[in-house]
Amino acid sequence: MKKTGAQIICESLIAEGVDVMFGFPGGVLLPFYDTLPQYPRIRHILVRHEQAAAHAADGYARATGKVGVCMATSGPGATNLVTGIANAYLDSVPMVAFTGQVVRAQIGKDSFQEIDITGITLPITKHSYVAMDTASLARIIKEAFYIARTGRPGPVLIDIPKDVMQEMAEFSYPDRVSLPGYKIPTSGHPTQLKNAAKLINEAKRPLIIAGRGVIISGASDELKQMAETSQIPVITTLLGIGCFPEHHILSYGMPGMHGMGYANKALDETDLLIAIGMRFDDRVTGKISGFAPRAKIIHIDMDPAEIGKNVSVDVPIVGDVKAVLRALHKLLETNAHVDWIRQLDEWRQQHPLTDVRASSGLLPQYIIRELYEATGGDAVVVTGVGQHQMWTAQHYIFHHPDSFISSGGLGTMGFGLPAAMGAKIGRPEKAVWLVDGDGSFQMNIQELATLVQDNIAVKIAIMNNGYLGMVRQWQDLFYKKNYVATPLSCPDFVKVAEAYCIPGVTVTRREEVQPAIEQAAAHDGPFLINFMVEPEENVFPMVPPGASNIEFIEEPKKEVTSWPRRSTL
Amino acid sequence: MATTKHTLVAIVQDKPGVLNRMVSLFRRRGFNIDSIAVGHSEVAHLSRVTIVVNGTTATVEQVRKQLDKLIDVAKVFDITGEKLIGRELALVKVKAGSATRSEIIEIADIFRANIVDVASDSLTIEITGDEDKIESMLKLLNGFGVKEIARTGRIAMVRGNIGAMPDEKPAKSRAKKPAA
Ligand SMILES: Cc1ncc(C[n+]2csc(CCOP(=O)(O)OP(=O)(O)O)c2C)c(N)n1
Repeated sequence: MKKTGAQIICESLIAEGVDVMFGFPGGVLLPFYDTLPQYPRIRHILVRHEQAAAHAADGYARATGKVGVCMATSGPGATNLVTGIANAYLDSVPMVAFTGQVVRAQIGKDSFQEIDITGITLPITKHSYVAMDTASLARIIKEAFYIARTGRPGPVLIDIPKDVMQEMAEFSYPDRVSLPGYKIPTSGHPTQLKNAAKLINEAKRPLIIAGRGVIISGASDELKQMAETSQIPVITTLLGIGCFPEHHILSYGMPGMHGMGYANKALDETDLLIAIGMRFDDRVTGKISGFAPRAKIIHIDMDPAEIGKNVSVDVPIVGDVKAVLRALHKLLETNAHVDWIRQLDEWRQQHPLTDVRASSGLLPQYIIRELYEATGGDAVVVTGVGQHQMWTAQHYIFHHPDSFISSGGLGTMGFGLPAAMGAKIGRPEKAVWLVDGDGSFQMNIQELATLVQDNIAVKIAIMNNGYLGMVRQWQDLFYKKNYVATPLSCPDFVKVAEAYCIPGVTVTRREEVQPAIEQAAAHDGPFLINFMVEPEENVFPMVPPGASNIEFIEEPKKEVTSWPRRSTL
Repeated sequence: MATTKHTLVAIVQDKPGVLNRMVSLFRRRGFNIDSIAVGHSEVAHLSRVTIVVNGTTATVEQVRKQLDKLIDVAKVFDITGEKLIGRELALVKVKAGSATRSEIIEIADIFRANIVDVASDSLTIEITGDEDKIESMLKLLNGFGVKEIARTGRIAMVRGNIGAMPDEKPAKSRAKKPAA
């Protein structure tokens, strides 16, 4: 049957099972928006800034494992998407971004609001399309969704000229794609699996470092099985947080720049590092020459290009993490590694993250721990970028693969609020908490309006330190406290929230923390807590930029009150 | 680590923007291209790209893998270690007065190059061959005053009947398949 391009887009979205998209209209998108009401199954969330549409689609995708969809108009709308697309690219998030384009006859003439968005996004998309005729729309959308979610996921952009949305074409949604150049590795190579198993069975001090690849391939159970069978301690990258339950006896937290001291010690001493679905980002490795210096390395990843990119590897295994771990498990012997695990536990005692200083002021670490207690670790926690992000990663205890959502690869301030919005829409049954910085929050603060218009019950906890804290910390430690461009004046966030009809409270003392969290949780709708935290608190441990992980600086010793990190097991 | 010249062959979809994607990837990741040559292949809709890159084995392997990830790139091979036929073409416009003309023609003859244009004070020579051959001729011609040079990049093929690509079946067996 013949349909307009706009109808074909909607029909295709439905065929892909899309029930929500985040967008912002404009002239060239009007044929689409005009058609949208014919398809009530597609819920359209009107954001206040296109960057937020992309971040929301990103948060939605991470919370659900489905493809996130966003849309922006030509020119400025499209360029506003760029940061959000880049964010999804660096964190391997499945996303399809639609942009409107000027009519075909005007392309290449610097027409009003014309921009070469495919050209601009070339280095930050997994693939992209310019749909130059209506008849090819369905095929393109089919391919785009397929590419976005399969293999190593990533964002795919589809640029559609206005007149392509208006013209008619025969519609039938293809049931298969034909992409001869697109290869998706599945199981690992048998010889490499054997080599890996041999190394694992022989290792004295094996260590697993797990990344987001484990979450993407849904391999948490397989990871747990492997760790338990061979009694291998597990550390996770920032984006891998949650892929291995952090209350598990074999869990040793996150290594790297703000990782746990004991995780970095483990990396330093291990004789076999099993890297799973992670890419050796410099925030994890520190100085490469000092990274896991005594270890052979097994690297399991879906993306062949990741293997050997940053560190050289002894056994490369290309394949879907879940399939590889399953196959590998058959070759593993049970093991104990008693001494090694005892050693790690000793390091944990010596370099604890278990102390929250007795302080007259309000400490963000304390708040995060209270948040954990209040939610039982069952919430989806989304963060902005900065100190608060690291404190959340350190002090909240994550048990579920989809419970920590944070911008890792790009480190995008402003990610938090829209991503939390997307996560809540994807997982309405879950409590979604945004832990944000006063700086990060102000980067997409306008999305409070979206929360209200669409009644998205995100709970917001702002760690208000009056600084761009993480940058101030660098100035503190490495630039003689020359605080330039980091003191940050903030509006009264509670009043701002009120202006958007969102209730909120300001908290200045420890005793108020728990009641405020409870009040927020009990409220039916979005709620904001403005925590006035100690302004010059720093994140420790810290590996100075350019140093080896083992050179981590610990918190200068002060009076401490003990707080056991593991509340269970 | 020592850098060497590597020859990669990529079989890519013959679509607008594909070369752009490839080149953008080189630029973003800081890989240096010595030359790149594109033309149709024996299969409709597929083009063949020959890329010469200078780098360590590890970098070139990374280039190959990154290229291979592009959706429009069907296959990429590093044929550096194979027995190769590599060719490049150059057009050289060289100053030639009545005193030097015959000497230049003689040089062109030695290299089995063709004189493709004659003007009152210059000759234009077309030469094909591997890079060394072209370099040697250019060296000799330099003494006469080279006015203009245009060179293609290298195109390359593996010798013998093992097909275009080292790990592919011979081209013949493909041709034998019954038409669909
Ligand atoms: C878009 C963007 N701009 C700049 C930065 C650099 N940056 C990293 S952390 C940070 C400070 C963040 O401040 P805030 O959100 O208040 O969080 P805090 O560190 O105080 O917890 C800055 C400016 C960034 N990551 N993203």
